[in-house]
Amino acid sequence: MDSSGIIVSINGLNKSYHRGDQTIPVLNDISFDIAEGEFLALMGPSGSGKSTLLNLIAGIDQPDSGSIVIGGVDVTTLSETELAGWRALNVGFIFQFYNLIPVLTAFENVELPLILTPLSRAERKAHVEMALKVVGLADRMDHYPGQLSGGQEQRVAIARAIVTDPTILVADEPTGDLDRISAEEIMDLMDRLNRESKKTIIMVTHDPRAARKAHVIRHLDKGILTNADSQNTL
Amino acid sequence: MQILKILFKNAFRHKLRTGLTILSITIALLAFGLLRTVVNAWYAGVEASSAYRLVTRNAVSIIFSLPLSYKERIRQVDGVSEVSWGNWFGGIYIDEKNFFANFAVDAKTYFDLYREYVIPDDQKIAFFRDRKGFVAGRKLAQRFGWKIGDTIVLKGTIYPGNWEFVLRGIYRGREPNADETVFMFHWDYLNESLKKTAPTRADQVGFYMIGIQDPARAISVSGNIDGLFKNSFAETITETEKAFTLGFVAMSDTIITAIELVSFVVIIIILAVVANTVAMSVRERTNEYAVFKTLGFGGWRIAGLILGESIVITMMGCVVGIAATFPAAAAFAAAMGAYFPVFNVEATTIWLDIVFCLAVGLLAAIIPVYRTLKVKIADGLRMIE
Repeated sequence: MDSSGIIVSINGLNKSYHRGDQTIPVLNDISFDIAEGEFLALMGPSGSGKSTLLNLIAGIDQPDSGSIVIGGVDVTTLSETELAGWRALNVGFIFQFYNLIPVLTAFENVELPLILTPLSRAERKAHVEMALKVVGLADRMDHYPGQLSGGQEQRVAIARAIVTDPTILVADEPTGDLDRISAEEIMDLMDRLNRESKKTIIMVTHDPRAARKAHVIRHLDKGILTNADSQNTL
Repeated sequence: MQILKILFKNAFRHKLRTGLTILSITIALLAFGLLRTVVNAWYAGVEASSAYRLVTRNAVSIIFSLPLSYKERIRQVDGVSEVSWGNWFGGIYIDEKNFFANFAVDAKTYFDLYREYVIPDDQKIAFFRDRKGFVAGRKLAQRFGWKIGDTIVLKGTIYPGNWEFVLRGIYRGREPNADETVFMFHWDYLNESLKKTAPTRADQVGFYMIGIQDPARAISVSGNIDGLFKNSFAETITETEKAFTLGFVAMSDTIITAIELVSFVVIIIILAVVANTVAMSVRERTNEYAVFKTLGFGGWRIAGLILGESIVITMMGCVVGIAATFPAAAAFAAAMGAYFPVFNVEATTIWLDIVFCLAVGLLAAIIPVYRTLKVKIADGLRMIE
């Protein structure tokens, strides 16, 4: 983070996909900053490039040009191996379909990112129990994903995302697969993480109700940011 | 949670598929182990042969005999320490299916020369004293339930008639590769009978077994022995016991090569089976590996997860396969003991099992690892089981 409180700085970002001889532009000259502790919602129609932008910020895809500086590190200059290590420490992922490993218990799923750290078994256990307590599933840690409801699965996924205390949390349609009540519970949880733990959250969503929790909403359309610095008025 | 736990949980996600794959590996290893042991059994006589012994036979063919008088001349050759002799008797015990090797040997010199056959002293003395006595290997006696003092009748094929013998001794092998299925009786008993019934066949020896002082001089001693009988009516060929035994094995060389080839083909088949299982499992979990990547698992760790799972499956099959090989070999030996007197699963076979299983585990995972690492995280996350 720099002295201005900016945690993510994106400059002149371009990304296109190639299909045969065809080049399909997805993101066109995207530039904006995200302040530390900000809750940002990226919205836009399907194919507008919001998930691609999220992937680029999260370091799971590489742009054609431009830079993404997160916590002082330009992630576009990192190799695949460096990116893997960087993601482990700096990014917590929340997916639309939870993406839990079905043969592992809630505890083991949350513990997964910690395997990559030098923490002892006892330390890992303490971290996992704390994360599951934060998401309100301390009593479900021995359950397998198949024994949990959709909302509970997503809460386990959130616990997995926060267990390493990452720099940013990225969420791709976190309520997209949930009923309304579960979706509200998840958004309340994310709001609480943002307010109480000062977590920087970048969320892609189609759902205006989910976006209501964000401080800032940025709209993408055909790869272009249509509102440069929109405060949430939803 | 440890990585090993993830490997086992992943390996047994599809219990039926993994179980069948392990069963296939088990059966393949069993087949490999038995085939290798059959090949080894073929060579057991060669392995057990001594570098300190030579065998002299008729130069025309083993089926032609040599005069007994050669023994004194052979004994005088420089480098020769002991001389014994014998004949293949070819007797049948009750029925042809009860086949076992039976020889008439010069008892005292024979057991001086073959110190790997251990007989209790009292039994040895009893055997030496009884001209109709015979000595049987431990396995042979066990096979037919013979006890010391039992009278056995062999029906002669080369030497017609019913030949009566009394069991005076049971020998054991000093080493595990010693043949414990041989029947040996006094050459004098055979010779004296022949003198009465077929005098022209008396005083004839099937082969001489010669002890030498220095294995390094085996070739020169052999040459000197054969030189003694050059241009005689019964020329000789003398060779090391190993070469002599190999000569018999060579008759089945093509079959042995075919068995060896099949044993390796079995391993190649199982490689395809394991590769298919691992490829299917990994392909179904492309999405999960993308999740692992997003969590920070690098290429080596992902490769380790896939390789580890493949090796867990193959090594489980390996352990079960090796464990099953020993009782299967024992059952095989019990059923086919007459044809394979020494049928021991060798340590080399077990090491080969382990090496092949590790190799199969590694090779089977190569393509799935390559494919998984090639998939971009974003593409992998879009794939749904």
